[in-house]
Amino acid sequence: MPIQAITPDYHGEVRDRLENFHGNQLVYVGWDRHLLFCSAVAFPLAPDTRFAQLRDEAMAGVFGLHPEWAQVDWGRVSWLLDGEPFEPMLDRPLNEQGIGHKSLLRMQTPDLKGFQSAGV
Amino acid sequence: MAAKKLNIKDKYRLLTRDLDWEFSYQDRKEAFPYEEFEGIKITDWSKWEDPFRLTMDAYWKYQAEKEKKLYAIFDAFAQNNGHLNISDPRYANALKIFLTGVSPLEYQAFQGFAHTGRQFGGVGARIACQMQSIDELRHVQTQIHAMSHYNKFFDGFQDWSHMHDRVWYLSVPKSFFDDARSAGPFEYLVAISFSFEYVLTNLLFVPFMSGAAYNGDMATVTFGFSAQSDEARHMTLGLEVIKFLLEQHEDNVPIVQKWIDKWFWRGTRLLSIVAMMMDYMLPNKVMSWKEAWEVYFEEAGGSLFKDLARYGIRMPKYAETTEKEKEHVSHQAWWIFYNYGQAAGFHTWIPTDKELDWLSEKYPETFDKYYRPRWELARQMEAEGKRFYNPGLPQLCNCCQIPMGFTEMDDPTQIAYRQTVYNGERYHFCSDGCHDIFVDEPEKYVQSWLPVHQIFQGNCGGPGVEDVLRDYYRMNVGADNLDIKGSPDEQRWNAWKGVA
Repeated sequence: MPIQAITPDYHGEVRDRLENFHGNQLVYVGWDRHLLFCSAVAFPLAPDTRFAQLRDEAMAGVFGLHPEWAQVDWGRVSWLLDGEPFEPMLDRPLNEQGIGHKSLLRMQTPDLKGFQSAGV
Repeated sequence: MAAKKLNIKDKYRLLTRDLDWEFSYQDRKEAFPYEEFEGIKITDWSKWEDPFRLTMDAYWKYQAEKEKKLYAIFDAFAQNNGHLNISDPRYANALKIFLTGVSPLEYQAFQGFAHTGRQFGGVGARIACQMQSIDELRHVQTQIHAMSHYNKFFDGFQDWSHMHDRVWYLSVPKSFFDDARSAGPFEYLVAISFSFEYVLTNLLFVPFMSGAAYNGDMATVTFGFSAQSDEARHMTLGLEVIKFLLEQHEDNVPIVQKWIDKWFWRGTRLLSIVAMMMDYMLPNKVMSWKEAWEVYFEEAGGSLFKDLARYGIRMPKYAETTEKEKEHVSHQAWWIFYNYGQAAGFHTWIPTDKELDWLSEKYPETFDKYYRPRWELARQMEAEGKRFYNPGLPQLCNCCQIPMGFTEMDDPTQIAYRQTVYNGERYHFCSDGCHDIFVDEPEKYVQSWLPVHQIFQGNCGGPGVEDVLRDYYRMNVGADNLDIKGSPDEQRWNAWKGVA
């Protein structure tokens, strides 16, 4: 049962549907095992944002504060999109490569172990 | 001539069970429309044992006596500049969290019990809820008065009620109670009276009140004593609710178990704020969160659930996860606030050397390995003049609404990510517990008012985060928020104490 309600056939308002974000979609991005950042970050982005913009502007604006960001070897980064392995196309927009509203993108850099190799 | 005074037994009968009446011309079911839709079966309300054994006239008398003493102490506290006796100005920040995050829950509880008390067909349950409702109103009032003195001397106390309804991290306690109050009356009682008041309340009140005592805060300690006898009554109600529901009908058992599972999990998530308060915010520590969890949940709760086994009730789902979490949650929660210290209505800080060592001693399995490095990096950045504030807004759990900073308990450097798709929309959760709550009633939680999403939808003013903090949250930006180092709170304290 989708809810235990006194009102028959009750449906809740879907508060975070795409239309409510004024043309943007939400994308969550986390950098695995770099816990200087306490959690993944939410970005409101136009669906036609190119992946390179997401990476070099939005992500760099946050994750760039980490001492290891400058050492990231982009050829060796692996990505997970909503839990599945993902190969981003830098010059293509988000909505052409399956990065949907409220998708979670995880960046993994196994060569970089975080501050003091402690995943921080 | 009629006797002037009733004997106790008659008085008790007249002021409790005799307040009910027969419905001669109205349908009783229409008078109590919320009583059946949750699936709970009540066969005989007269089996309800009144947990309080108290009548309203005696109640007023006791409470009035307590109030007199309480307010005399508040007056003395204010006249003697009691705020100067606290251990350290950092302590006041624990009170800011209490006033903005906990006191409004007392008010929510007052409203919740008033509503719920109206909805039961049994007069015993109605009276018990009525008394608890009045207790809760008294608690919010006395807490406000206890802490009002601090509002004259410290930042961040000025707009607690407004903040409770709007500020990002306060949506955690607010949504907890909104969830309970928008449930049916029986779920509300299992959520608040049993799961929260009976199973978990010691983990809220004991740490705050002992914390107050250890840190020289006589006003809050005195409030604590004044509320203690009420809390004991509330716990009795919690236990009576459970026993009554389980004894009424065997079909109630799985429903009650599901609610215990849900509200235990929501409660542990809510208490992560208390965990960080104990381990990080109290300058004089009482005990570690881990120790508190062991004493008040694992030992006390363990024996409670052994007693309830005869009704077919087992330990709450994911209790075994909390046994691992007790090593981690306080560190992870304070780190979230350290990350977002620019957006908090209280101050944050890096623990001192002595405190880091205390944490290592209390958490020998986890602190040095996983959490000390976080503080060492924070310290390094601060020394370089770049105190770390996370410039992005966090991903939130769609159920508990806490930033998704909790990790896998068997892999503590990996954030725990859970998600589900419902009607084509994707939803994210911090844990299996929160995921399961959503999946059980998605039509409820698709409505979650997630503060980060609301900001991005333009519903909280803006456009910048600072505009939201100043205009929508009504924080005094630059005074209420940021690190304690260099804050007006710290500067005033140093001036009072004659410290350069």
